[in-house]
Amino acid sequence: MEYETVIGLEVHAQLLTESKIFCGCSTKFGAPPNYHTCPVCLGMPGVLPVLNQRVVEYALRAALATHCQIAPHSRWARKNYFYPDLPKGYQISMYELPIARHGHVDITVSECSKRVGLTRIHMEEDAGKSIHDAQSDASLVDLNRTGVPLLEIVSEPDMRSPEEAGAYLRRLRAILQYVEICDGNMEEGSLRCDANVSIRPRGGAALGTKVEIKNMNSFRAVEKALRYEVRRQQETLESGGHIAQETRLWDADREVTRSMRSKEHAHDYRYFPDPDLLPLVIRNEWITQVATTLPELPAARRDRLIRDYGLPAYDAEVLTARRDVAEYYEAAVRAYPAAPKAVSNWVMESVLRTIKDQKLDDALTITSWPCPPEHLGALVRLIQEGTISGKIAKTVFDAMCASGKTPEAIIAEQGLSQVSDEGALRSLIDHVLASHPDKVAEYRTGRDKLMGFFVGQIMKASQGKANPQRLNTLLKQRLTDTQ
Amino acid sequence: MDLFRLTMHEASRLLRQHQIRALDLTRAVCTRIRATDLTLHTYLTVCEDEALSQAAVADRQLQNPDTAPPLCGLPIAVKDVILTKGVRSTAGSKILADFVPPYEATVVQRLKAAGAIVIGKVNCDEFAMGSSTENSAFFPSRNPWDLTRVPGGSSGGSATAVAAHQALASLGTDTGGSIRLPAAFCGVTGLKPTYGRVSRYGVVAYASSLDQVGPVTKDVQDCALLLQAIAGHDPQDSTSVNYPVPDYQAMLPQGIQGLRVGIPKEYFVEGMQPEVEAAVRTSIAELQALGATPVPISLPHTEYAVAAYYIIATAEASSNLARYDGVRYGYRTPQSDGLTTMYERTRAEGFGAEVKRRILLGTYVLSAGYYDAYYLKAQKVRTLIRQDFLRAAQECDVIATPVAPTTAFAAGEKITDPLTMYLTDIFTIAVNLAGLPAISVPCGFDNQGLPIGLQLIGRPFDEVTLLRAAYSYEQATPWHTRTPPL
Amino acid sequence: MVQVTKADVRRVAHLARLTLTEQEADAMTEHFTRVLTYIEKLNALQTDDVEPATHAVTVDAPLRPDRVTNPPNPALVQTAPARDATFFKVPKVLG
Repeated sequence: MEYETVIGLEVHAQLLTESKIFCGCSTKFGAPPNYHTCPVCLGMPGVLPVLNQRVVEYALRAALATHCQIAPHSRWARKNYFYPDLPKGYQISMYELPIARHGHVDITVSECSKRVGLTRIHMEEDAGKSIHDAQSDASLVDLNRTGVPLLEIVSEPDMRSPEEAGAYLRRLRAILQYVEICDGNMEEGSLRCDANVSIRPRGGAALGTKVEIKNMNSFRAVEKALRYEVRRQQETLESGGHIAQETRLWDADREVTRSMRSKEHAHDYRYFPDPDLLPLVIRNEWITQVATTLPELPAARRDRLIRDYGLPAYDAEVLTARRDVAEYYEAAVRAYPAAPKAVSNWVMESVLRTIKDQKLDDALTITSWPCPPEHLGALVRLIQEGTISGKIAKTVFDAMCASGKTPEAIIAEQGLSQVSDEGALRSLIDHVLASHPDKVAEYRTGRDKLMGFFVGQIMKASQGKANPQRLNTLLKQRLTDTQ
Repeated sequence: MDLFRLTMHEASRLLRQHQIRALDLTRAVCTRIRATDLTLHTYLTVCEDEALSQAAVADRQLQNPDTAPPLCGLPIAVKDVILTKGVRSTAGSKILADFVPPYEATVVQRLKAAGAIVIGKVNCDEFAMGSSTENSAFFPSRNPWDLTRVPGGSSGGSATAVAAHQALASLGTDTGGSIRLPAAFCGVTGLKPTYGRVSRYGVVAYASSLDQVGPVTKDVQDCALLLQAIAGHDPQDSTSVNYPVPDYQAMLPQGIQGLRVGIPKEYFVEGMQPEVEAAVRTSIAELQALGATPVPISLPHTEYAVAAYYIIATAEASSNLARYDGVRYGYRTPQSDGLTTMYERTRAEGFGAEVKRRILLGTYVLSAGYYDAYYLKAQKVRTLIRQDFLRAAQECDVIATPVAPTTAFAAGEKITDPLTMYLTDIFTIAVNLAGLPAISVPCGFDNQGLPIGLQLIGRPFDEVTLLRAAYSYEQATPWHTRTPPL
Repeated sequence: MVQVTKADVRRVAHLARLTLTEQEADAMTEHFTRVLTYIEKLNALQTDDVEPATHAVTVDAPLRPDRVTNPPNPALVQTAPARDATFFKVPKVLG
């Protein structure tokens, strides 16, 4: 029996506002427990919520960036349940009337494009944190995070493999980062993901029993957990068992999904419209105004790079995964427009590798680049013009990163200019050939491989500065000539 | 003259003319409280020391009467669901018995900014749920006109404080009639403003879409004076409106010539105490004599108001009271084995019977499968009730009705039958569902000397007309000058 | 006549985190039955085409600017029945 996987993802994104969604407390991470609290976010008697305008603006950015329909009226709802990190005993969220619906995100997996639908986007408040004290029978509750604004983004169950889910998640994060509303850090919890997974016989129309998977704390964990769960469901069905509708947690240590301790009663959240908040009215003027502040989005930028710079899709994809990297690349190309592919290679191989090594990409926007884009552009120009070889260029790049100097300055200081002058090269060739007459003779008997030896010797003699292409041409000529 | 018998406007005049001192006035009220409260049980907390030092400040301010704020030196009682910073605020409940808030209600801030002196916190039904103040976790309050009877609720203490001159005025809250009913039962004046007119920030929430803070006073002029101080937009309350606050006192003496007074037939029903109906009808005749025109109207959905209210109010309350869980403040059960039992015992021990009834009913009507049949249905009926009043507003300027079907009932009489207790609110409840302003003024006494109240209902945000009508009636009648023999 | 069972009451009591004694549960069942039966009168009204009342005030939702206006306030934990430094302390959830 062949099975088809059906996956839907529910993502929570913490929004980068200064203050909380319903009160004027700071959202800054890392403060001592219960530092950034007030009667409102602590759920003290008699307090009332007042909505932060920027939260709505950020929701509109996300909605526009994912091509959603924006509701002219949306409504706050109370989701009622008891937990120590939920001070009011309810979470202010949205239920029947979310702010946005029916959007999509386009992804590419193994060169195939696919459109993943977005069911809805809405805003809600985050809960606090409980720390379970291993020694005692107490839990400690820190409510700093209570009231931090979240965007909940629910996809249609359109993904058919863990890879598609991973691609969707990465693309969604890129979009949220592009519109600068969320830094998308799964390890720190500013981006969270729950999945709904089911399988059905291939070609079947009805959906199988849905299992919710939680506690996946990285992109890799999401893909691993989904792969495991799909396999588990298949094995269960194939051995005649049936899938229970339940919530399972990803256990990253044992790399399995485990059923949560079952509770006697399923959650009954008793949603109803929050009487303390008026319905949210979004007028077209506001939508238009937010639309003008949106940057060029990842997909459009990628397509433009392919079109305008002739880059392969892979390069364009990598370069536009982060907005700051895309801007860097284009700044470098502006400095030297003649070889966009070469610039792309340098950005992808050298710049991005350095960033990854130094973990500079943890920031929402990279501010300390290994070297300024203009210098990178100049470096590529110098290679293309033959001033230095590609090999020497790597040395120059490292020196640029270390010193911040321009490539011209470094080349001048260290005398790294490539030797391309014919006369100079010929004399180097003559010198080396004269030093190894036996090898020359061997070469003439047909041992072509000795070319490499001569090139190596000349490179050594020239301290690596001989222009390899010119050298090759002249050396071949010389060896043939003397025949 | 006993200083504590003064109205706010009289006391204010005497203070500004330097004929009396704020310190003496506050002292007199404190003495009066000591002399009467063992009998009446109005106060949960008396703030004597703080009040006296505030009075001293007031006397300094009053040296310059032109700059002294409008309520300077006037001692006012505050219902215990309204939070006062640094002063115990219990909401009438054991679960907040020792809660001292580090912040306070906007209305209290405004009282203080107006120079008023918070003399103490007064008793109420627990979490404002009740019509007799018998649901207070601490003790029931007594009606000053007859100590065997209830003062009404839930703002019972607010009404007894004013009726018995234990404060010059008080603040109460009204969700289904909780200002108007005790005002009527105690022979004083009580106003529920239009929903959104007064801030709810810092007021323990019972039913968020229905609650309003309002003045309880000795007469209509005081009512206008106190409303003036507390009304207005509050950025901390998203449901408070940003409309300008008119001068509530200026138009009071203008008279009611040509005022159209709606008389809804659904408010004169069988089972009403005959003296109550008679007094209200006499009042309508009085209004007519003053130049008003009675207009028969119909509010056809009146009989559904109590049912709709008890779904909406309990639903909202069940959610609003979830925060009382023993985690961050308030009472926590001393013994528990785990989080769930901590929650369950804290709330079982901390809440009284009526509060539990309403929380559970509210939870039930919101629970899976019942939302449409109950909550959604009730909200639709609420629309119908509002539409009744909107239609009526085209034919009349104010509506006149009784406040309650009877005068004050005996302590213990209704407490065993919640549904009968709920029906006490039958004339006041529709007003909250519609969000309208309404006032209760004394309009007579029954054969046993118990006060009867006349309710006037106004248009949204038209407290000016409402107060003008009430004032005209009051000034032509003796009721507001009568005081219990205490 | 609406029939409410004690099991309904217990379910709702759990949702509301309230323990009830047997006596209370019985009384509550009776109370629910009476009140819900009374409430049935609403069914006499035809409301299919009626909009549910949301808010009495019909103005746009007020919005506040995104600014930190509250200074850090760890003192608020002082109202807690139990705490550990500036944490709120509660019993653990048991199995």
